[in-house]
Amino acid sequence: MLSISNLHAEIDGKAILKGLTLDVPAGEVHAIMGPNGAGKSTLSYVLTGRQGYEVSEGTATLDGEDLLSLDPSERAARGVFLSFQYPLEIPGVPALTFIRTAMNAQRKARGEAEITAPAFLKLARATAASLKIDFEMLKRALNVGFSGGEKKRMEIFQMAMLSPRFLILDETDSGLDIDALKIVADGVNAMRSPERAMLVITHYQRLLDYIKPDRVHVLADGRIAESGGPELAHELEREGYDKYARAA
Amino acid sequence: MAAVKQTVEHVESLEKYKHGFVTDIEQDFAPKGLSPDIVRFISAKKNEPAWMLEYRLDAYERWLAMDEPEWAKVYFPRIDYQDSYYYAAPKEKVGPASLDEVDPDILATYAKLGIPLREQEVLAGVKGAPRYAVDAVFDSVSVVTTFKKELAEAGVIFCSMSEAIREHPELVKKYLSSVVPVSDNYYACLNAAVFSDGSFVYVPPGVRCPMELSTYFRINAENSGQFERTLIIADKGSYVSYLEGCTAPMRDENQLHAAVVELIILDDAEIKYSTVQNWYPGDPETGKGGIYNFVTKRADCRGDRAKVSWTQVETGSAITWKYPSCILRGESSVGEFYSIAITNGRQQADTGTKMIHLGANTRSRIISKGISAGRSSNTYRGLVSAHPKAKGARNFTQCDSLLIGKTCAAHTVPYVEARNGQCVFEHEATTTKLSEDQLFYAMQRGLSQEEAVQLLVNGFVKDVLQELPMEFAVEAQKLVAISLEGSVG
Repeated sequence: MLSISNLHAEIDGKAILKGLTLDVPAGEVHAIMGPNGAGKSTLSYVLTGRQGYEVSEGTATLDGEDLLSLDPSERAARGVFLSFQYPLEIPGVPALTFIRTAMNAQRKARGEAEITAPAFLKLARATAASLKIDFEMLKRALNVGFSGGEKKRMEIFQMAMLSPRFLILDETDSGLDIDALKIVADGVNAMRSPERAMLVITHYQRLLDYIKPDRVHVLADGRIAESGGPELAHELEREGYDKYARAA
Repeated sequence: MAAVKQTVEHVESLEKYKHGFVTDIEQDFAPKGLSPDIVRFISAKKNEPAWMLEYRLDAYERWLAMDEPEWAKVYFPRIDYQDSYYYAAPKEKVGPASLDEVDPDILATYAKLGIPLREQEVLAGVKGAPRYAVDAVFDSVSVVTTFKKELAEAGVIFCSMSEAIREHPELVKKYLSSVVPVSDNYYACLNAAVFSDGSFVYVPPGVRCPMELSTYFRINAENSGQFERTLIIADKGSYVSYLEGCTAPMRDENQLHAAVVELIILDDAEIKYSTVQNWYPGDPETGKGGIYNFVTKRADCRGDRAKVSWTQVETGSAITWKYPSCILRGESSVGEFYSIAITNGRQQADTGTKMIHLGANTRSRIISKGISAGRSSNTYRGLVSAHPKAKGARNFTQCDSLLIGKTCAAHTVPYVEARNGQCVFEHEATTTKLSEDQLFYAMQRGLSQEEAVQLLVNGFVKDVLQELPMEFAVEAQKLVAISLEGSVG
């Protein structure tokens, strides 16, 4: 599925990723953990094509296709989805309008027919119910005046609606209380499938109690410093990131 | 939702300025320049009565003594008023008896503009769809007015200004220049001297006009100014909704458009006046060409509980100088102003409104959304004033500016005067930059950069778009998208 090799990236000339190599096969969930400033969010932005993040070396491919030469929207159409750490407010644009516009833009890019209004509403109602989102909230401007927890839930709602193949969750647990965390994790787990892969970026082990990873990687100083099974997350929880900081 | 998609498709299928074609029709010109003889020529061409000629000559004399206003935040070389044509009409028939007599080239032009001129086409539309009576003004002359008979049955007069001067002189004499005096300002005075045509509407007491009325203005001839005069009277307890749309071909020279619109609203009557202005904005790189849109629009709520609502979507013109205003004279009368002004390329807009509260318990509301892109300049200029007798006057003003890119400018110049202690004025203003974070967010969900800008801008202007009649709101949304094409990147 996703294959990253020797990836170097910089912002304003400052090197952030320094030779990152990572493979996430289809059907697996991989966690990326690491101290603040290690480059976790940079990785998510480089994979989604945000402006200002310059790739100086290395490759990133999705099912063999080069991602780095594509626009953000082209990557989205190929199934790359990023759940933002800080979801943006979109004044004046109802959540439903936003998602439907996005959905149809993706379909168009893939040469598919647009979703019909009844089919869209049916899907939206079912998805909202499964995430315990009040349907009325979807008629309000996206994320405007939403609480932190509501915004995160809206990210998962969008993810479920768009049905991407490769999911990146950037600090999805931040700002969530335990009930909201469970709902969000249920939503994410419902999307696990042999055709999909996920990259779960998190600072704390807590989220991984709910979204169980197949592999855990430690990102420190722009590289994968260590990889292991789920037990690695618990180890980090106990011992912290100090040893990686020293190694850097 | 569908509208956004339509917008996207529309944009893809369009050139930068889709109305930039010229129709090759034989034109009847007055000689270039301005003099009492030209004023007489125009009046004679239109078979006007003597009182109208006197009105024009008087206006011309006053205009000679006036100076061009310089207070607006717009810059342009001095206009040589002797280097322009003041009368251009499609040759031959000035008052066609039926559509069949109208030059087919003109009809083809209107078809290109998507105007439902032919009633049968309108009727062939979706069942139950609203119908619009249209007055089409080509350069200086009203070429055809539709649905006249049906309107007449309701007692509504909807015709060209020339026809109103001939057929309804008592109404014209009573109301013309009663809201915008002849020498109100430089451009209005010039208009009074040389106005060519425009629309006239009279809605009798208690009548709710059975359909939307609309006028389409098209400047076609080269070097010709267009000076329409619109007069709408809503008699006691009546209601009318009126929409004007404007386009012009691409020209290297600047063309002057100096219209005057007067609205008179009597007791318990209401006028809803909407404008979708898409004159040629000039070359986006060099700023060459484009329309100078120097327009005076004013409504007089002469009766108690009278209501007027101006809604404007201003996307075109090289320079826009326009302040649709409300004189709230009647007690408890209401004025509203909803505006979207978009500038891109080298465009300059200085636009806003005046709410003049004269009567007790009068209310007004201003929602202005300015969007600047490219190297354009966009100024909101507004006045809210309450006179000593306007006890209990209320105003709410909201001015929002959106900046796209780093080379544009937005200015807000609100004037507020309260001359009694019993009025409540509220003013809110924001300036925001279209954020790269928002754009990236939308693009990560699958929207192209162009689509993302459109979606965000549509969200920004939504409060105003929803004030437009339904069909025009869709049209306006497309226009917004087209105007901002290529503004990011």
